[in-house]
Amino acid sequence: MSSRAQVYLLALVFISAGIGLTLYKNVALNFPLSPGSLTRVWDVEAKVTFWATQQPIIVDLALPQSQDAYQVLDETFASSGYGFDIRNGDEQRRATWTRRNAGGQQTLYYKLKIARQGASPAPSAPPTATQIPDKLIWTPAQEATAATLITQARALSANPTSFATQLLKLLKQHESIKSSHSLNDPRKRISQANLALQLLSRAEVDSHIVRGISLADRVHNQTATELVEIYDGKNWHIVDPVKANFGLPKDFFIWQRGGDSLLQLEGGRRSKIRFSFIANDLPSKNIALMHAEEPNSALIDFNIYSLPVEKQAVFKLLLLVPIGALVVVLFRVLIGIRTSGTFMPVLIAMAFMQTTLLTGVGLLTALVIVGLWIRSYLSQLDLLMVSRIAAVLIVVVILMAVFSVISHKLGLDLMLNMTFFPMVILAWTIERLSITWEEDGAREVAVQGLGSLTVAIVAYLAMTNALVGHLTYNFPELLLAVLGIILLLGQYSGYRLNEFFRFQSALE
Amino acid sequence: MWIKRHKKLRKAGVLGLNERNVSYISRYNKRENFPLVDNKLKTKKAATAVKLPVPELLGVIASPAQLKTLPALLKDHQSFVIKPARGSGGKGILVVSHREGEQFFKPSGALLTNNAIRHYVSNILSGVYSLGGKPDVAFIETLVHGDQVLDKYSHEGLPDIRIIVFQGFPVMAMLRCPTSDSDGKANLHQGAVGVGLDITCGTALKAVQNDKIISHHPDTGVKFSDLAIPNWRKLLQLAGHCHDFTELGYLGCDIVLDKTRGPLILEVNARPGLFIQIASGIGLRSRLQNIENLVQKDWHVDSRIDYALTHFSSNTKTN
Repeated sequence: MSSRAQVYLLALVFISAGIGLTLYKNVALNFPLSPGSLTRVWDVEAKVTFWATQQPIIVDLALPQSQDAYQVLDETFASSGYGFDIRNGDEQRRATWTRRNAGGQQTLYYKLKIARQGASPAPSAPPTATQIPDKLIWTPAQEATAATLITQARALSANPTSFATQLLKLLKQHESIKSSHSLNDPRKRISQANLALQLLSRAEVDSHIVRGISLADRVHNQTATELVEIYDGKNWHIVDPVKANFGLPKDFFIWQRGGDSLLQLEGGRRSKIRFSFIANDLPSKNIALMHAEEPNSALIDFNIYSLPVEKQAVFKLLLLVPIGALVVVLFRVLIGIRTSGTFMPVLIAMAFMQTTLLTGVGLLTALVIVGLWIRSYLSQLDLLMVSRIAAVLIVVVILMAVFSVISHKLGLDLMLNMTFFPMVILAWTIERLSITWEEDGAREVAVQGLGSLTVAIVAYLAMTNALVGHLTYNFPELLLAVLGIILLLGQYSGYRLNEFFRFQSALE
Repeated sequence: MWIKRHKKLRKAGVLGLNERNVSYISRYNKRENFPLVDNKLKTKKAATAVKLPVPELLGVIASPAQLKTLPALLKDHQSFVIKPARGSGGKGILVVSHREGEQFFKPSGALLTNNAIRHYVSNILSGVYSLGGKPDVAFIETLVHGDQVLDKYSHEGLPDIRIIVFQGFPVMAMLRCPTSDSDGKANLHQGAVGVGLDITCGTALKAVQNDKIISHHPDTGVKFSDLAIPNWRKLLQLAGHCHDFTELGYLGCDIVLDKTRGPLILEVNARPGLFIQIASGIGLRSRLQNIENLVQKDWHVDSRIDYALTHFSSNTKTN
């Protein structure tokens, strides 16, 4: 079989295998072909701040768990200088930060990623029967008021839920009248939810407090919302202690059901917990796979998804490299653009992905121009080649450091990403362009430089395209199709686009 | 518009780079034969071994340790050329046209000291001019004094003749004349003039500089149409022999005319460029296909030349 026939056969096999597997995954395994069908993923950040008083510190924070409505995808803890541990208690997960000694303002972070699930947000029974909260010691006058409220509510209601509604309404009414004796001790105020809980416990209704957060995009420093949950003998019901209506509010993420407190602190004062949220819309499939315990197909089982998450991120980038390579092949074989170094544009494009396009192009141009200038001086010094390139490399590193510091001072933190530029490649490119300049003139340098930049920008656009990213990551078998196309292009013997112009004068 | 241009090029039989790479270089040039021509020193030695004329080799500097032998090597020579063995596209060639004691002069009159030459050679050794920066070897050869016939077609440098040889048959030729634009180098990208030559008799077809057709040399003002290379058959024979000793199916052979020794092989290129089609105004494809279609193989050099002379006249189109 001739080599040409082999290439065609291989290309056919690769392309059909790639497209076939992709279609199979799409049709049979319901992998979406487009990056649509998104699920909202919330990045929740809980920030614990307190004032440390030079004593041993124990911070104890209740942690949320996956629920019917939301699934915890990932959680991270940032707490430098603190010992950290997670305790899985009987029904509660709690995080403990400990430290022997610290003073001043302290900040601890707990971040988690949660995704909404399709299931209806009906809260199921809490893990175990909850105990009635400790009764606060009230004055006889307070006790009498409480008893009155309970009697009134009982008379106006038929069952535990309606009793709770009435009781909460009466409580609200009572508290809003200034002249009456508040149940809340002015010197030691407790929240409305806790107040309701005190009343409910006196009425001997099983109840506990539910703490959670109302999710809203780009909201910062929200406090936890407290709700009350009561037991009617069969089921648990959540009720808002202020509005007295039942049911879970919209976009409400339950952080803690029952339990003593959200945050406990020893060795500090003025502890606060505040929540911030950012919403992201991610492909539903990714989220499903993040916690898929039983992959239903070998295609998924032996897949990138089975790798740890941080390795997946690396692969996500690696899988884009063939796309960049395809762009390079297309430009060189079909268009005939000259670049400095064959696959250098791909590396540059990958750097652009970190810096964003405009900053990247600006930085790269600045680096190369300054580098060329310095290189032209170095060439007068009659240095040996290896030392000269090493010198250029060091200059590139220094330039990067200088640019970074200056841009940071100017508040342009985007530029800090320039460390992603492949320094060694840059130094070599500068050296090559410089020799090209000496040998073939400035015009050739401009041609090659602009050519490289054009290819890098197109490769960047292709590699950052949402659809391309989605397809390469979720359908890695498509790379076979790319391979097939590249094999075919390797056999392409037609004219390059620029040859239409180049050979024009040959025809005259 | 594209389709029209494509059709015109196709009809003229113009070979594109992709087709050259896929259909000719990768098919007819075996990888194992590349090192011989990619290293000019090896080419020179191989050509000498089969008694083909080349510029005389004066010495080789293969390692930094040998740099100290350089003054002794150059001692007896008034003029010489230093080349990197693996320089591509005429890169890194240093021409010294005369000297006064320890002072060396380039053709442009620029002065070089002993140290500058030593540094230049050490740059070659460290691979500045070789592809991918591989360590290289420098060699020194005699400076070719050009034949007077071609002197008037060149500015400063030496014009050379590129002949494309396919399976041993010379198929197309051109003369490359340095200009002041090209800084005395026969490099077409920098503005040297490419003069297409009739492969049958060595006379000029047309002259092209920077993709524009010209009639006179921009520096010397000499008309190209009168140009004729003397002893043309001898050049074709040299080119034909290049095929035999390099075993490359598709090659470009660069020849210079020395005042006293006649045509000398300068180097052989396994990836000759396609500018020759522009300089000649003729597409390569039909000639290459003509040879591909030959039934008989293993022709003698002279019969190959006779075949080319009868079939590749620029007036009669072959198919």
